[in-house]
Amino acid sequence: MGYDLKLRVWRGDENGGGLVDFTVPVEEGEVVLDAIHRLQATQAHDLAVRWNCKAGKCGSCSAEINGRPRLMCMTRLSLFDPAEPVTVTPLRTFPVIRDLVTDVSFNYEKAKTVPPFTPPEGLALGEYRMAQVDVERSQEFRKCIECFLCQNVCHVIRDHEENKQHFAGPRFFIRYAELDMHPLDTLDRKRQLRDEHGLGLCNITKCCTEVCPEGIKITDNAIIPMKERVVDTRYDPLTRFIRRFRSPEQPRRPAPERQGQTAADS
Amino acid sequence: MSEIERHSYDVVVVGAGGAGLRAAIAAHDAGARTAIVCKSLLGKAHTVMAEGGIAAAMGNVWPEDNWQVHFRDTMRGGKMLNNWRMAQLHAQEAPERVWELESWGALFDRTPDGKISQRDFGGHRYARLAHVGDRTGLEMIRTLQQRAVALGIDVFMECTITRLLKDGDRIAGAFGYWRESGRFIVFEAPSVVLATGGIGKSFKVTSNSWEYTGDGHAMAMLAGAPLINMEFVQFHPTGMLWPPSVRGILVTESVRGDGGVLRNAEGRRFMFDYISDYFKAETADTEEEADRWYDDHINNRRPPELLPRDEVARAINAEVKAGRGTPHGGVYLDIASRRSPEFIKKRLPSMYHQFKELADVDITKEPMEIAPTCHYVMGGVEVDADSAMSKVPGLFAAGEVAGGMHGANRLGGNSLSDLLVFGKRAGEYAAAHAAGLAVRPRIDEADVAQAEAEALAPFARDGGENPYSLHRDLQETMHNLVGIIRVAEEMERALERIAEYRERLEKVSVEGNRQYNPGWHLALDLRNMLIVSESIARAALERKESRGGHTRDDYPSTDPEWGKRNVCCRWDGDHVTVYQQPLPEMPDELKKLFEEH
Amino acid sequence: MTTQSRVPSIPAPAAPRTGRRAPVRGRTLRTDRWWAQPAVTVAVLTSFVVYSTWAAFVDRDYFWEPYLSPFYSPCLATRCGLVPGSQGAPHVGIFGSWWIISPAIIILIVPLGFRLTCYYYRKAYYRSFWLSPPACAVAEPHRRYTGETRFPLILQNVHRYFFYLGFLLNIVLSYDAVIAFRDHQGRWGHAGLGTLVLVLNALLLWAYTLSCHSCRGIVGGRLNHFSRHPVRYRLWTWVSRWNRYHGQIAWVSLVWVALADLYVRLVAAGWITDVRFF
Repeated sequence: MGYDLKLRVWRGDENGGGLVDFTVPVEEGEVVLDAIHRLQATQAHDLAVRWNCKAGKCGSCSAEINGRPRLMCMTRLSLFDPAEPVTVTPLRTFPVIRDLVTDVSFNYEKAKTVPPFTPPEGLALGEYRMAQVDVERSQEFRKCIECFLCQNVCHVIRDHEENKQHFAGPRFFIRYAELDMHPLDTLDRKRQLRDEHGLGLCNITKCCTEVCPEGIKITDNAIIPMKERVVDTRYDPLTRFIRRFRSPEQPRRPAPERQGQTAADS
Repeated sequence: MSEIERHSYDVVVVGAGGAGLRAAIAAHDAGARTAIVCKSLLGKAHTVMAEGGIAAAMGNVWPEDNWQVHFRDTMRGGKMLNNWRMAQLHAQEAPERVWELESWGALFDRTPDGKISQRDFGGHRYARLAHVGDRTGLEMIRTLQQRAVALGIDVFMECTITRLLKDGDRIAGAFGYWRESGRFIVFEAPSVVLATGGIGKSFKVTSNSWEYTGDGHAMAMLAGAPLINMEFVQFHPTGMLWPPSVRGILVTESVRGDGGVLRNAEGRRFMFDYISDYFKAETADTEEEADRWYDDHINNRRPPELLPRDEVARAINAEVKAGRGTPHGGVYLDIASRRSPEFIKKRLPSMYHQFKELADVDITKEPMEIAPTCHYVMGGVEVDADSAMSKVPGLFAAGEVAGGMHGANRLGGNSLSDLLVFGKRAGEYAAAHAAGLAVRPRIDEADVAQAEAEALAPFARDGGENPYSLHRDLQETMHNLVGIIRVAEEMERALERIAEYRERLEKVSVEGNRQYNPGWHLALDLRNMLIVSESIARAALERKESRGGHTRDDYPSTDPEWGKRNVCCRWDGDHVTVYQQPLPEMPDELKKLFEEH
Repeated sequence: MTTQSRVPSIPAPAAPRTGRRAPVRGRTLRTDRWWAQPAVTVAVLTSFVVYSTWAAFVDRDYFWEPYLSPFYSPCLATRCGLVPGSQGAPHVGIFGSWWIISPAIIILIVPLGFRLTCYYYRKAYYRSFWLSPPACAVAEPHRRYTGETRFPLILQNVHRYFFYLGFLLNIVLSYDAVIAFRDHQGRWGHAGLGTLVLVLNALLLWAYTLSCHSCRGIVGGRLNHFSRHPVRYRLWTWVSRWNRYHGQIAWVSLVWVALADLYVRLVAAGWITDVRFF
């Protein structure tokens, strides 16, 4: 049944702030976002928080709850001991705007630099044919709701701001994997993936997979296979030698180098 | 006063859901300098919530399907009140719009021969919905988002438009604020495309997110563009019910399309008791026939669970009223006893998750408890069918904010295809409109100053009511008095209250500063919600019959005379006025489609 | 809190940000025992390393007809079979007689390299020994971080070559398990507890080797059209299923290989007597 939740929320902006204690009445079956909403409607009307669907489908309400990156709308209060306070803080890896809202533009900037899907030339609309088994791997990665929890938890940029420049993060590694495994794509983006987006910086410690609310096996199904594919073309003379004579796949052409923003008009 | 940030574009698209993104892509492709402005982050728009699929008569699963059948289904689902031309264009162009997505990287589920797989949905004669499990909306928005990014279209994220600006009778631009900083921004543009979605946040139980405050509807009205069909609000029959914190969250219709059935507390499949004469000929009347239908559409009629949404929502409502509801006041949706756990997890993965994580219910083992939830508004800005332009030159509308396409009730799956078909049209015609102007319209600085003063007003008041309590009262009123079942007296009472709320809004004050202040943002959105709520209540009071998403206890039957008329709403300076206008008449060759069956 | 107090006049819009993160104190706000897992990993891995180093260098007590310790198989120097507790051990003397220290050192490079470059063990030791990061959302102590982009960690990319070698080594260890179905006099059709230990050892090593991420890539992961390669797709599905448990298999097989060595060692040194089944 209902009880009074002790809620500690980080409030402030880039110039300073701290954890503020509140007591919020909560009901059975509620999630952290419900408590935050009640707090906003009754005690802290200007509490900044980002949310949209409240059903775990849009990936807006990412925050750190008791130090763990989570979606507030999918974190049930029954997970916690009612006697202990629940601490909610903004994502640590990104600049704070205010309270629980952070500036996630890093991710949108990186998104612009991944060469987009490029179908074969001359394939008319409605003539695309793909087998279900061939699209399934990429479909897993397209489940991504862009909550950026994986980006937030990844120590490569969480603990090393300077790496942000050469590292795209797990969210974009699954984007690369999605495109590289797409049965109809025609580009080879492995150079960009390795040289510009820092696949090699990942030391596969798997926190991205641990926090993914969609249960995408980011490390096992995307990052490691992509590392292996980079090895195929880059570090493994044997595979390269064999492939010169017999390749099971259609060769792809290298993705064009970027000059500013590329238009991908077809 | 601080300097206001200004931008100049040919086409400004307000909203970054399916319709907005598709419009922006089309406008860009037509050579227009295009901007997208959206309230949330890119890719978070409500389209992401769409689960079932995109209706398009591609004929991949049933070769018998074609645009005429789709057109007929859409019109019948809309109780013949649709704008026939929109329904026609929609049915004809949807397949190409879906294939386009595929060429931009979308990965739909496949048929054995490698084509896009299609699934069954309520009101569609054939399996017609292109889908990806039960997350089709996500696939669609991500595909469009990635396409827009690849094209380099400018996106203004977390930026809210509060006013459309005009030069004489034409659109000249838009005024808004950055949510992050509270700084104002002016877009100067001869064409503005509204793609702001719906109005669900005026109701208490809704599947809609906070963004759905009817901004586009209200701004169009304020700019002089009338709305049409506002009395038709769709209550999705299956929303989550328990625990209270999840009330209203959508349970996709695919659950029924894939074999789920509705039962009351006594365990009876009650939908067999609610087959209206209108659908008798095509609906199974025994459980045996209904169950055979999933595998053999040709020799069997469809199960009554797959009747259009308005019929199902009303039936659930009636069962609960008759005392045959569940403990929390809904009915059961059961797929556990009918399909294997593997099948359910494969076809409905996010439903499985949603119930598991939010309600502790394993849908492969137990039935779901559901009740209707406010889902979609059929009404919207009255637009020209071909160009999507409203009555205000330069103002376009596409998607949920546009009215007419779905008539009195929308079929599941027709929304996503609507976004694509009319999004593209709106973008194209908006670009053409901008290119065709000899002189660019100019913004009147007095209008900008007025918009600025309006936006800052809540800060100027001290110690007034907070916007959250006003919002809660409005939702309560709309839910109780203008909900699924309506009567004149209640709606009149709602109108009185809405008038009071408008006075209360004048006194609302907000605390804090202008940096990312949700209280302030809500105070500004309330203006739109009140205008929309008034429109719904007035239009609903005007239409003295029951049809589709509009059910009146005092006029329970459908009246053929009302089938020839649309109710329209106009802003008269300080209140909403309604008037009637004749429905455009369908040409004879299309009329024939309805005689053949 | 400054934001709580109301400003009497209309507030100005917020000033442009400089992009600083929220000044939240502390290395982590996690309240659970996040340090438990890395601590256990350190304990188990350290114990294994200490034992196996000793066992590899001690150079005796690794053969008792028909059991050969997996640490010394295949034996690549002729000194095998001459040291105490290993008389008669089979050997492939390609290193000849000049190799005078323990022959285990030669062959152990293969499993060592295979496990050191393994995607699972990398996670385990980066987290627990290098604390990079010690646990999710717990800050790591290092000032700089270059991941696997430079020497020596860029060498992790040779993992698949160790997989090939590990595959070959498994064939030898399987052979050892098969010849263990003899008695002490070399007659076939007998088995003892040592046989069971060596058979299990071989099976676990196969499970570990075949569930490896590189193996998954080689059998089918690198394909983009499974539909055109039904056999490789079947193999890939199979490897993928096992790959999910690669971490667990890694631990069990690691402990078991040490136990297998220990068993042979105890029998060869005469500390215990092999239990004969038939």
